[in-house]
Formats: sequence, structure tokens, C-alpha cells
Amino acid sequence: MTGVLAMARPLESRRVLAAVAASYAALVILVPLFNLAVPAQSAFHLSDYTVALLGKILCYAIVALAMDLIWGYTGILSLGHGLFFALGGYAMGMYLMRSIGTEGVYGSTLPDFMVFLDWKELPWYWLGSQRFLQACLYVVLAPGLLALVFGFFAFRSRIRGVYFSIITQALTFAFMLLFFRNQTGFGGNNGFTDFKRILGFPIASPRTKVALFVLSATALLGALLLCRSLVLSKFGRVLTAIRDEESRLRFCGYDPVGYKLFVWTASAVICGIAGALYVPQVGIINPSEMSPANSIEIAIWVAVGGRASLIGPVLGAALVNGAKSVLTVTFPELWLYVLGLMFIVVTRYMPRGIFGLLQRGRRP
Amino acid sequence: MRLDTPHGPVLYLDGVTVSFDGFKALSSLSLIIEPGELRCIIGPNGAGKTTMMDVITGKTRPDTGDVFFGEANDLTQLSETAIAELGIGRKFQKPTVFRNHTVVENLELALNTDKGVFHTLGAKLTPQQAERIDQTLDVIGLRAHARRTADLLSHGQKQWLEIGMLLMQEPRLLLLDEPVAGMTDAETARTGELFQSLAGKHSLVVVEHDMHFVASIARTVTVLHEGRVLAEGTMDRVREDPRVVEVYLGR
Repeated sequence: MTGVLAMARPLESRRVLAAVAASYAALVILVPLFNLAVPAQSAFHLSDYTVALLGKILCYAIVALAMDLIWGYTGILSLGHGLFFALGGYAMGMYLMRSIGTEGVYGSTLPDFMVFLDWKELPWYWLGSQRFLQACLYVVLAPGLLALVFGFFAFRSRIRGVYFSIITQALTFAFMLLFFRNQTGFGGNNGFTDFKRILGFPIASPRTKVALFVLSATALLGALLLCRSLVLSKFGRVLTAIRDEESRLRFCGYDPVGYKLFVWTASAVICGIAGALYVPQVGIINPSEMSPANSIEIAIWVAVGGRASLIGPVLGAALVNGAKSVLTVTFPELWLYVLGLMFIVVTRYMPRGIFGLLQRGRRP
Repeated sequence: MRLDTPHGPVLYLDGVTVSFDGFKALSSLSLIIEPGELRCIIGPNGAGKTTMMDVITGKTRPDTGDVFFGEANDLTQLSETAIAELGIGRKFQKPTVFRNHTVVENLELALNTDKGVFHTLGAKLTPQQAERIDQTLDVIGLRAHARRTADLLSHGQKQWLEIGMLLMQEPRLLLLDEPVAGMTDAETARTGELFQSLAGKHSLVVVEHDMHFVASIARTVTVLHEGRVLAEGTMDRVREDPRVVEVYLGR
């Protein structure tokens, strides 16, 4: 009786999977081609700026997936996911800072901001950060452990709904203030920048940028497939049951705390990985990434794209950020109004987001 | 913990008293349910029906009295979860099912299996579990709706689905609180058949206001009044009992 649990839901349709595979192939073939192989004077040339912008959007799309897992499927609205993204970014940033070596302004082996603060040696938590693999470990551990500890206390105390959202918002704000301090040892309000190379490759070269872009696209595909297998499993059905009828689920003999903690931590780790891919592409990480507004924007991408559909949030992140990069250049003062309007229109008229519109009329 | 009781009663209440701020919700209540029995409990509002269910499921602790499940399980000493795991399933009045899950998925979530996170992450239905879901679909008569999401079901179908979810946990005793409230006549009749088919394999305790329904399914009826048993016996005997008439018609 295999297949009894299968239903005509979009994530299971072959057409959607084919569209995902085609989009991935198009991105990783066409973008490098039009950037590296087409000469710069041609009309078809894709500028380095565009490649970096697309790469950035891919990272945001990964964050949107992580957000969908916890909000769309489990019903827990986090307004602090920007924090996990930033922590992953900072972990990668530490490695990039150490890779500058003695080429900084002061010619010291210490990062410039430490020389500026008159520090003589690295703080203990910077030890070993010159090793790439260790940095990768921090990318996972920093957001993962924070989410695990925070989630343990929050979920065990049965903090739910708007209270949980407010606490996550306060959490990211508190971390922003912490990272603003010079004494915290992460470059204060300037954060990390002026990176020179990653794994020995010059970070500003078009080839490195294209490689990072392809890596981001692959990470997005991986995250999408991972989330898809999670939500289509029995585990995913328990998550949706937590969202819809938590007390009934408890009555069925499940303890929701472990489930929430698992998916919350997984979501934070996915955000951290996205942040680590983001920083070398944009060349800077600073505490403003932890500002409460950033985390709220993540929720807007997901709402616009369509909650609990995985594909929707990816589209939402791409659409909102695409519109943002166009509008902030042409009509910078209008952007926040447009963002707010988008959010109102979607919550009022399109509860299932853009993806819901695309799906309309396709239900059997 | 789980002792089989081939001869003794499945549920045994003796001298159970519960008082809230001096008001006696149950006063020296005694009740015995035999294995496989279908028992209906009736009584006016405030007779103690819900409190009795609460005592059996561990939600309320009695001041005095014995509550035993089988011969060895003293329910006054066990937590609600432990009592549910022993095999006592309770259905509340309002149906609560997982509305965005299909009927089959609802049954799957209720399966009697390890419910830890890491077990669930790799969970695949075993052939036996698939078979159980399959059989339950037939028992509750929702085979034709197996792949519809629960929010598309009628009120009565939701009630049956919830009973199916209780059955997935393989209970020995089912407590059902006003199961036919809000059902159409056809649905009520169908529910009566369902309960009669379940009796024998499970013990059922049905609390109900609908006298026609009780008359149509009951073998033994217990009338509660002011926290104690007023009368017990077949529906006809109980109906002619002058005290019962007094309680029901005298006010």
C-alpha cells in the first residue's frame, strides 16, 4: 500500500520538480556564460555587479526556505532569523579577515580594527579562525547552538505565538547592540570588510564571484531538496499538526518540544550557511544585518511568496529583493512604502501568496 | 504494567468522592465496566458525568475511593499520559482532527508507535501499520474519503475520524462524551452501528443526552444524579424507575 499517503500536492508534482531542475541548470550555465564568455562590450554581457546581486538573492532565498520551515510549516513566526544569518556571516567573515594576512592598512597579522584598538594579540575566540574548515564549523555551530539553547528554554516554557515573535525580535536587537561594541571583538559598527581572498583565490576576481554564485545556487537547490524531503515525511506532517492543533497532537502522545527544537535549530543552521555564502559575495558584514527590520523583511518575503509551499518563499525572496534593488536605485524614497503595500495586499487578498495564485485552478 | 484481565472487570470505581469547594461533584460513586461492554451513562446536567470521565483519565484526583483499570492499575496514582498509554482513549465533545491532513494522514499520526523526534524522522509505515490504517478506514466507514483533507469532511465524518484516531492507539477502554451531538439522523444511526461493532473488542463508555440514541444502542444504562448512581439496568427498566422519572420530569 505504498503511495497511500501521496497526494496531489505541488511539492510532489513532477512538473514542479522539473521546473526547479531547469531553473537550477539555467542559472549555473547561463550566468557564468554571459558573465565570463560574452565580451564586456556586448549587449548580452552580464556585469559583475549583476552576478553579485543574483548571488545575494540566492542567499536570501535560502533564508526564506529556512523561514518557511519554521513559520509556514510549524506555525512559529520568528522575527529574529536575521541574527542566525548574520552569525553565519560573521563566522565566515572571521576567516576572510584572517586571510587578509599582512596586506591590511597597518601591515599587521592582526585584523586592522584590532590594531586600531591597540590590541596586541587575538582574543581567544579568534584562535584557529584562519583555518577554513574550522570557520565552516563555526558557521554551523554559532547559529545552531544559540538556537538550541534559546529554543530549549522558549519551547519548554511553552512560549508561543506573538510572545515568541517579540522575544526573537528582542534577541536579534540585543545581539546587534552587542556587536556594535568595539570591545566585543568583531569590528564594532564597521564589522568586517576589505576582504582580499578566499581559499587563496582573489575575492574580487570575476571567476571567484561566479564560483561563489554557482555554489550559492547549489546550496539553494540542496536546501530546497532537504526541506522538501523533511516536509513530505511523517516528521513534516507532525510539524503541520503542531501548527494546526498542538494540544490535539500532545493528546496523541507526541511531545511537541523536541520537534520544535529540532526544526528551529535546523532552520537557524540553514540561515547561518546562507550568511556564510553571502558575506564573500557582498564583501562586508556588520551589525546592521542584525537589525530587527531585516528579520521582519524575511517574514515579508515568505508571506509574499506563499507560506508552506517552499517554492513560494524562494520566489518571494527573489521578487521582493529584485524589486528592492531596482526601486532603491530609481525611487529610493518609495521603497519602504512599496514593501509595506506589498505586505498589506498579500495578507489581505492573497493569503497563499504568489505561489497560491500560480496554483489556483490546478487543484484536482 | 499492562495486565490482561480475562475474568475481572476492565474498569472498577468504588466509593469515589470528589468535591470542589464543598460541592460534591461525585459522592461515593461506584461503577463496574466489564470487558467488551457497551455502557451508556445518562443524567441531568451537573450529575457528575464529566467529572467521572476526568477521574478515570487522571485529570481530576478523587478525595476518596478506588479507581482501578484492570486488576493492577491504580488510576489515582498515574499521570494522564500514563493512563492514555495504558489503553484508555477519551473523545471530547467537539471533534478535533488535523484539518490540513488527509484522513489517512490523521490516522497515521495517531498510530501506536514511538513518537520521539528521531524515530519520526526516519519513519516509514510498516506493512502491519499500513494494514491497521486500512482496517480502521473500513471500521469508521471513511474509505471513500481516505485522501481528502479533514476540513472537507462533514461534522459526523470528523467525529468518526476522531474515533478512528482513538482506535489507532489500540485502547481497551473508550470514553465518549456526547458523540452524536450535532449529527444528522443518518449519521447518528451510523454511529450507533459503529459503537455496536466496536463493543466486544473494546469496552465503551458513552455519555449521551440523546435518549433515542441511547435506547437504540444501550444494553446497560447507568443513570447518574447528584454524583451518585441513581439507577442501573436495561433501558426499559431504567425508564420505568420512579426515581428516574422524578429526576427527569420533576423539574
